[in-house]
Amino acid sequence: MTALIFFLFAGIAVFCGISLVAQTHPIASALSLIGVMGSLAILYLQLGGEFIAAAQMIVYAGAIMVLFVFVIMLLNAGAEGTSLRVSAFAKYLGMFLLVAFLGLISFIIQAMLPRTEGVVFGAFKGGTTADVGMKLFTVYLLPFEVTSVLILIAILGAIVLARKEI
Amino acid sequence: MPASFVPSATDYLRFLPEIIMIAIGALIMLLEPLLGGNKKDSLSGLTVLGFIVALVAAIMANGMPGTSFSNMLIVDGFGTFFRVLVIGVGILTVLSSAQYLKREHAASAEYYALLLFSVTGQCVMATANELIMIFIGLEISSIATYILAGYLRDDKRNNEAALKYFLLGSFATAFLLYGIAWIYGTTGTTNLMDIRAYLLTPGVQRNMVLAGTAAALMFVGFAFKVSAAPFQVWAPDVYQGAPAPVTLFMSAGPKAAAFAVFLRVFMTAFEPITSRWEPFVWSSALLTMVIGNFAALSQTNIKRLLAYSSIAHAGYVMVAIASHSQIGVAAAMFYLAAYALMNVGAFAVITHFSRQGEKFLEVEDLAGLGWKQPVTAALFTIFLLSLIGVPLTGGFFGKFYIFKAALDANLIWLSVLGLLNSAVAAYYYLRIIVVMYMHEPGDSTVTLQPLGAGIAATLWATALGTLILGIYPSLILNFATSSSVLAK
Repeated sequence: MTALIFFLFAGIAVFCGISLVAQTHPIASALSLIGVMGSLAILYLQLGGEFIAAAQMIVYAGAIMVLFVFVIMLLNAGAEGTSLRVSAFAKYLGMFLLVAFLGLISFIIQAMLPRTEGVVFGAFKGGTTADVGMKLFTVYLLPFEVTSVLILIAILGAIVLARKEI
Repeated sequence: MPASFVPSATDYLRFLPEIIMIAIGALIMLLEPLLGGNKKDSLSGLTVLGFIVALVAAIMANGMPGTSFSNMLIVDGFGTFFRVLVIGVGILTVLSSAQYLKREHAASAEYYALLLFSVTGQCVMATANELIMIFIGLEISSIATYILAGYLRDDKRNNEAALKYFLLGSFATAFLLYGIAWIYGTTGTTNLMDIRAYLLTPGVQRNMVLAGTAAALMFVGFAFKVSAAPFQVWAPDVYQGAPAPVTLFMSAGPKAAAFAVFLRVFMTAFEPITSRWEPFVWSSALLTMVIGNFAALSQTNIKRLLAYSSIAHAGYVMVAIASHSQIGVAAAMFYLAAYALMNVGAFAVITHFSRQGEKFLEVEDLAGLGWKQPVTAALFTIFLLSLIGVPLTGGFFGKFYIFKAALDANLIWLSVLGLLNSAVAAYYYLRIIVVMYMHEPGDSTVTLQPLGAGIAATLWATALGTLILGIYPSLILNFATSSSVLAK
């Protein structure tokens, strides 16, 4: 049963991922991205990452994607033309290289990771909000606090680059 | 319940330089609306003051070495060396920026706040003992620098530089992050010492390929930040387009900090798999030197020329990393200090010379500078000679120690090719000196204003530093050698 759910949502994630790149209309791409986020959240949930799954839905599929769609509509971006000049040779070479790269990576993972270390559904128990919060405010306190400087810089940068006069 | 939610006082003292800079940066942003239009000059003074206090705190923190905040940070000689270096670069940047910003009518608090935050990120990188901290420090430093590169928004060159830097930089960071994910998946930890301990455990041989892949991905991220080949393409465009004082800052501070984490990660966490990454660093070092030096030969824009020279210098430091020894670490530290001094000096001259709107950036524009402003030209000559690596300058001993470390590590071919490269480099640096002294002064030199106080201070300080390192290298080298033993 768990394996069935896993393959179902993993399949949806991959399908939506490809669709994200293949679509020509920005809104369709954004909607595909929501599909990726949603199915990833299910996968996290299956692995025991309750908090991550919820954060994925609320923050990414919720807040960030709404912002994306909002900006796309605000800019009134239409479907992109087929003027993207990519030679057929480059296209096929790129596809070949991608497949080769992914094949290599999966071969490495397959060959190197002993089966015993593989993921077992339900084996991980530390994914609740309480567990994450405990780690965040003890061991990972410093990165958590320093991240606020990062966000401050982002705000500062947006103001610097967007205001009327320097 | 864990022992305590409140970190100890020592934890805070070891993190004090960063706290001071963050506080001053926030204070500057709060003060700006309160200050009148013509009192904004005082902000640069406040920034310098903040840097100096942070510098003192960094040196004091060195008195109580150790880890803090649950092993997130490690204060040791190595970290302190780079903290002092990047804060020093920060001070020199403020000194050479004040006049420039006024000239471009862009004086504002945000510039100084971003500078303080960027240096904070670099200090975090210098003392990080954990991949998560390295990542956050790198992002703080980079994002602040992306914004600074596009600071003069109305200048097209700035926009181009910022956008190129941002897009390519984010892409490189993604590689770094992917590498961190791989190493976490393989070893189950992001702490550098724990990764090392895991890789040394007998019986994990099968996971070495996974760790090697992680190291390769992280190498891509770091190589981009230090502009090492084949990830150096962004550097000339960004260095050329960014405001001159920002280029000064970018070519010294973020680069030194990126080398600090590069050294720390590859000399502690990935030391057990040295044989796997050494060939890559070897070839990257050679490629970086060759591309940097040969591309610089044909440049006519002086910022672009120095950008390629900065790529070449990253190559020399990569040689020190390829020798993966304690002497190599010490040599890289010495070189980065000498490089920061001479490069900051050279870019300060360009900041002074380019005038409003950065009109004069061609090598030919410098014609006759030696007769019009003998002092500026003489100081510039010192920096150029040091960049070549002429004896009695810091650049000479920097190269000397690096190639000594490489020879000790039996990297004979790399040393020979590196030395040949630095001979090639002499051509394009000497060309600038020839133009300054042997060509007739043109319009560009005749209309030059005298040196401003801030830039003059930067030039004298860096020139003095370059000469001191060239005459008494042991001043820095002894400290570098004693702190090149990284905690493992």
